[in-house]
Amino acid sequence: MALKPTIAGVLAGLTLLAAACGDDDDNSSATTEVSGTGTAASAAGVTPPDTASADTGADGSASTVPGGEVPQRIVSLSPTGTEMLFAIGAGDQVVAVDDQSDYPAEAAAVMTDLSGYTPNVEAIAGYEPDLVVVSSAGELQAQLETLGIDVWVGESAATFDAAYTQIEQLGAVTGHVGEAAELVGQMQTDIEAIIRSMPAMDAPLSVFHELDDTGYSASSATFIGQVYSALGLRNIADAAEDISGYPQLNAETIIAANPDLIFLADTTCCNQSLETVAARDGWDAIAAVANGNVFAMDDDVASRWGPRVVDYMQQVRDAVEQALVPAG
Amino acid sequence: MPSSRPSSLPAEPGPAPAIAATDPPVVAWSDAPVVASSVGAPVRHVGRWYAGGAVVAVGAILVGVMVGPAGPTWWRVPLALLDHLPNVSIDSGVSATEWTILWQVRMPRVLLGAIVGAMLAVAGASYQGVFRNPLVDPYLLGAAAGAGLGATVVFTVMRSATQHWPVDPAPTMAFLVALVTVFVTYLVGAAFGGDRTGVTLVLAGVAVSALVTAVQTFLLQRNVEVVREVYSWILGRLSTARWHDVRMVLPYVVVACVVLLAHRRHLDLFRVGEDEAATLGAPVARVRLVVVVAATFGTAAVVAVSGLIGFVGIVVPHVLRLVAGSSYRQLLPLSLMFGAAFLVLADIPGRILMDPAETPIGVVTAFLGAPFFLIVLRARSR
Repeated sequence: MALKPTIAGVLAGLTLLAAACGDDDDNSSATTEVSGTGTAASAAGVTPPDTASADTGADGSASTVPGGEVPQRIVSLSPTGTEMLFAIGAGDQVVAVDDQSDYPAEAAAVMTDLSGYTPNVEAIAGYEPDLVVVSSAGELQAQLETLGIDVWVGESAATFDAAYTQIEQLGAVTGHVGEAAELVGQMQTDIEAIIRSMPAMDAPLSVFHELDDTGYSASSATFIGQVYSALGLRNIADAAEDISGYPQLNAETIIAANPDLIFLADTTCCNQSLETVAARDGWDAIAAVANGNVFAMDDDVASRWGPRVVDYMQQVRDAVEQALVPAG
Repeated sequence: MPSSRPSSLPAEPGPAPAIAATDPPVVAWSDAPVVASSVGAPVRHVGRWYAGGAVVAVGAILVGVMVGPAGPTWWRVPLALLDHLPNVSIDSGVSATEWTILWQVRMPRVLLGAIVGAMLAVAGASYQGVFRNPLVDPYLLGAAAGAGLGATVVFTVMRSATQHWPVDPAPTMAFLVALVTVFVTYLVGAAFGGDRTGVTLVLAGVAVSALVTAVQTFLLQRNVEVVREVYSWILGRLSTARWHDVRMVLPYVVVACVVLLAHRRHLDLFRVGEDEAATLGAPVARVRLVVVVAATFGTAAVVAVSGLIGFVGIVVPHVLRLVAGSSYRQLLPLSLMFGAAFLVLADIPGRILMDPAETPIGVVTAFLGAPFFLIVLRARSR
């Protein structure tokens, strides 16, 4: 019973993947490989989609959410889940979000001090939810289900497709199938447009995605890494064999790799900026620093796999354009 | 492997176990023959040990500077260093970027490792001497917990307040809170200690550390978004070493080490027991205070720039006791040199093992240090 939906999910994912690869032309091989692992990984934790029959939200075969009733009291403990819920028009059904769910602005009205990291079942149950959205399965899921509360798990996605799948699933379980499909379609269209509008590069520019000031980065095996690889950029973190996708790179290696672009996803957490990066010993030798191509990004957007990835991608694309101007 | 270097030292050093008959039973833990020899004649071959230690320390630093995941080929490194001496010009074939990597990234990291290793080993040996307890490490009185809390406070509740400090807030607060924590430990220990102050201090350190850690954990739980940042701050500062860190920490370490080395004869008296030391004319309370203050200042300073690096403060002094003898007259200078060498060498796998990714230094020190310690232990027990 538990296994079957998983297999169905993987198959559905692979079908999506095959479709995605069909119209992907220049970087299909890289995307294929990463997407494959990502879809399989996320399918294990995510309620699998049944895209063919997901028309009324009654896909009881796959979800812990029974068909029929549309949840009216949703608690989201996942900031990404919150962004997705509001983006598909399910915001009115949300009664509480966790303390990290700071987007969109409407979510502030229902922000609580619930924590997605150290969840308290009693506190969650106090909101009398009929659906709880979390980003990791575990004890909490079992405890909530014991209380008769439905749980939807959307684990950290590693690919665009996995994120689309989660949006579609959320649409199905909250009764917003149409809006979810529309959102996914819009995201796909926008991303394709951004990729098409990428300025031509003689050779792929290299990029360093900075997660903190101790060298932690994200490789192409991560969701945010997908943004760079989809745009045809070369990620210097890919040289590290790190199964997590988040290797800690040695400072010597970063300088020797000489990235053309640096994206700072540690502007809020660690107060990093072009100035602080340039002030590090030896970093002025890096092309990105010397040419001023160090870009401050939004930590939150960079660490979530929600609809705002489109905005992030646009920023990266514009950054590439800026980086190419003085060179060319 | 660079770690084979110590084998070039005298294989059978230190005092002969033959004088074990003079063993005074008061000594709680150390092998007693050396008590006799330390109060009386110094360990034999002292000059050779010092020379060996200096060679090993300098050699380790040189090897550390030559090895890395990027930068120039190893044999070009000495040439490049010579080339940058005044009035010397050698064609080292090292590019500008390679020199940047060597001088701006690797050199401060190696030197900081040497400074931190030396300080932790000397502080560890001193604490062990003053408390007559083999399990005391430099962090025991609360320096580690305090530094962790200080950094956490900066990253959580004082984020905006510290944003415009003229000094880097995290290391500064780590240093200050570490000092305050140890001070509290000392007050508690001295107040409740009576005539067993040494033991009470150690226990007070455990209790105060637990309390401080609880506060830190609470703050982290309330601010989960900085958990990553705090942990990478606490665990990984050697990998981001800069010249600024070296300049900042060096004065504290020099002062602390000079003070500790100046008191090493008193530590030898402590080894026979506090009461006995007092009857031998040692100002027990004053020496304990001075040693604890100096070791704490040094430890807090290195923790503030390098994070927590375990094992150095315990393993290095103990290995030296086993192979070179336990007199503090030799132990402290040797700890300084071999502590520096140990941490520099232990940092090399961290840089190249997972190239180009990092392996945390604490993992390497324990992974290499623990078996090495056991091997020495076994070799000496035969």
